[in-house]
Amino acid sequence: MDKLWLIIKREYLNKVRNRTFIVMTFVSPLIFVAVALLIGWLTSMNSDEARKIAILDMTGQDYAALFQSNERNEYIPLEQVSEEAAIEASKQADYYGLLVLEAGPLGLKRMSFYSDDSPSSGFLESVENRINKKATDNRLIYEGIDLDVLNKSRVNEELQLQKFTGEKTSKVSGWVKIAAGGAAGYLLMMFIIIYGNMTMRSVIEEKTNRIIEIIVSSVQPIYLMVGKITGTSLAGITQFLIWIVVGIILMGVSTVFFGVDAFQNPVNAEAMMQAQDASKIQLIANDIAQLPLLKLVGCFLIYFIGGYFLYASIYTAIGAAVDNETDTQQFMLPVILPLMLAIYVGFFSVMDNPHGTVAVIFSYIPLTSPIVMLMRIPFGDIAWWEIATSMLLLYLSIIGVAYLAAKIYRIGILMYGKKTSWKELYKWLKY
Amino acid sequence: MEYALDAVDITKKYGDYTALNKVNISVPKGSVFGLLGPNGAGKTSLIRIINQITIPDTGMVKLHGQPLAPHHIADIGYMPEERGLYKSMKVGEQCIYLAQLKGLSKSEAKSRLHYWFNRLDMEGWWNKKLQELSKGMAQKVQFIVTVLHQPSLLIFDEPFSGFDPVNANLIKDEILKLRDDGATIIFSTHRMESVEEMCDHIALIHKSNLVLEGRLNDVKQHFRDRKYAVSLICSNQEESFSRIPDHFQPMKLQLSGLDNTLDFQIRIPESVEVPQALHTLTQLGELTHFSEVIPSVNDIFIQTVDQHG
Repeated sequence: MDKLWLIIKREYLNKVRNRTFIVMTFVSPLIFVAVALLIGWLTSMNSDEARKIAILDMTGQDYAALFQSNERNEYIPLEQVSEEAAIEASKQADYYGLLVLEAGPLGLKRMSFYSDDSPSSGFLESVENRINKKATDNRLIYEGIDLDVLNKSRVNEELQLQKFTGEKTSKVSGWVKIAAGGAAGYLLMMFIIIYGNMTMRSVIEEKTNRIIEIIVSSVQPIYLMVGKITGTSLAGITQFLIWIVVGIILMGVSTVFFGVDAFQNPVNAEAMMQAQDASKIQLIANDIAQLPLLKLVGCFLIYFIGGYFLYASIYTAIGAAVDNETDTQQFMLPVILPLMLAIYVGFFSVMDNPHGTVAVIFSYIPLTSPIVMLMRIPFGDIAWWEIATSMLLLYLSIIGVAYLAAKIYRIGILMYGKKTSWKELYKWLKY
Repeated sequence: MEYALDAVDITKKYGDYTALNKVNISVPKGSVFGLLGPNGAGKTSLIRIINQITIPDTGMVKLHGQPLAPHHIADIGYMPEERGLYKSMKVGEQCIYLAQLKGLSKSEAKSRLHYWFNRLDMEGWWNKKLQELSKGMAQKVQFIVTVLHQPSLLIFDEPFSGFDPVNANLIKDEILKLRDDGATIIFSTHRMESVEEMCDHIALIHKSNLVLEGRLNDVKQHFRDRKYAVSLICSNQEESFSRIPDHFQPMKLQLSGLDNTLDFQIRIPESVEVPQALHTLTQLGELTHFSEVIPSVNDIFIQTVDQHG
């Protein structure tokens, strides 16, 4: 046991003292923020230049007035020409699009939008809504209905989302949950792949520089394997905890600097206008606060350790079976495949219905459960027994997989020069 | 005789391949025991079994009369043929780690390391990373790691490879000193002259079987085949050589010292007494040298391996 502790300590210090680890831990959150800012900036750059959109209004009801040019779109009303001529002219002028409104007996008969691009559905919807509203109003007037009366009697109550417990949530709450679950699942996958690979490389290193013979003449291979996996996982947990602490500090800092500004000094008119939005933002903040964050972090750690041990066992077996890193390719697919599958199940099935059959089944299968269950948790009301069962299955399967991996490991580390095949691995299992 | 190590009926198979076939070896306490054999004969398999890296299919190994048990690893030091240490770890830290794995306490390991670093002129290496050392320097570190926990049985697999002659000699003297201090040495090598120099017992493994074992002198005694080296001074070398009786199977040596000296080897048949043969030779010229040719380990090795195909 003392020796296991020694090995864990060495592996841990070896990883944590490594320059790459230090850089990864402290620089990657910065890179993450920088990339997010960069994407935001690029997006705003992207829509800098106004798109030119021609409008051919053949109804004579001045629909073009609905469209005021702004910094994103420049609207160009066309004089009375034929539709064909308008298309030709728009093409010649290299306009982004052409909106054609055809007159009918009741005013508007048809509207078409010509564009070689595919406009966003948001844009199309807003165009539709504006025209339809004016067309509807026109018809109502035509039918002799007083619009003022109609508008006054229109009820526009918003649905207040609430839980049975009485907590208010926003309509965007679903998105917050998807983001939280997706981030947790994705992070877990990255951790498993990064730290699994690290373990594998360390096995290959020991094998290629032959220190393995000295170590296994001092301790049993299983100790080295378990010690290596444990030490590396502790390094991973260290990194995760550092990120959490850094995240909390950053959040605190940002509330102090931006939070106060946004809510207490609504200096300009725009901010006043957004006062209503502010309450929405508060609701979202509420949503985030209402996420089972502690549960999420706790489960993340437990699932990370479990998932990592499961995959790291496989990674160490692969590392032991090969002589150098390039030979690992042929064994990588079965490792990456379940992880990818878990992510896809998470992003499609879980987000669609966190209690659907597929989502539930995959949150029990050990190879996918860490990621899938983690993505289900933000959606709430996953019973404790469900999580406990999934964890139990995961940890039980670790014992089985680690046992098989250890068999391959203890033979593989002493085999040199021969390129290992699947058949060979199967034979080692039976030694 | 007291034995440090007994390997009894060791068989080890890897799938269909038999690496060791009922091998029996007894290593006397305090001896330097040469474990010889061509590449792939099964030496490394046997060494790994002694180190408990692998387990034999049948048979057992006894260390100082006790069946091999996990706690014995602290009593064995092993220097593998393919040397290996962590390249990016500092020398001192690494030695302490490996010594702790062998069961030494940290402080004990430290003080012993200082002794050895001092003894082998390695002060100042403590905080160097292994990748900064030359191959020979790394070998010295490896040697210290092997002996630091003062095991009673030391196994060296090709201990001199990678050393320059000066350091090879240094290590050789250290190994012999360890033996004088009471350790038993198992020594696996292809360099027959160092076997000749250092070993008092040898075993030869060939194609998974033990084909030869015993005290070096006994083995040599066994392989004596009445071969003698002779030097004669004579006026006509060709003529004298042709007069040697055919049943002596004369064999001329090229490396004659002096122009009028004839150097050759003969094999005296069982039917002829040695003094009688000597008498015959004196008829041919002035006899200046006559000595028995004791087979070298090299000869014994090649002869045995050839014999067993």
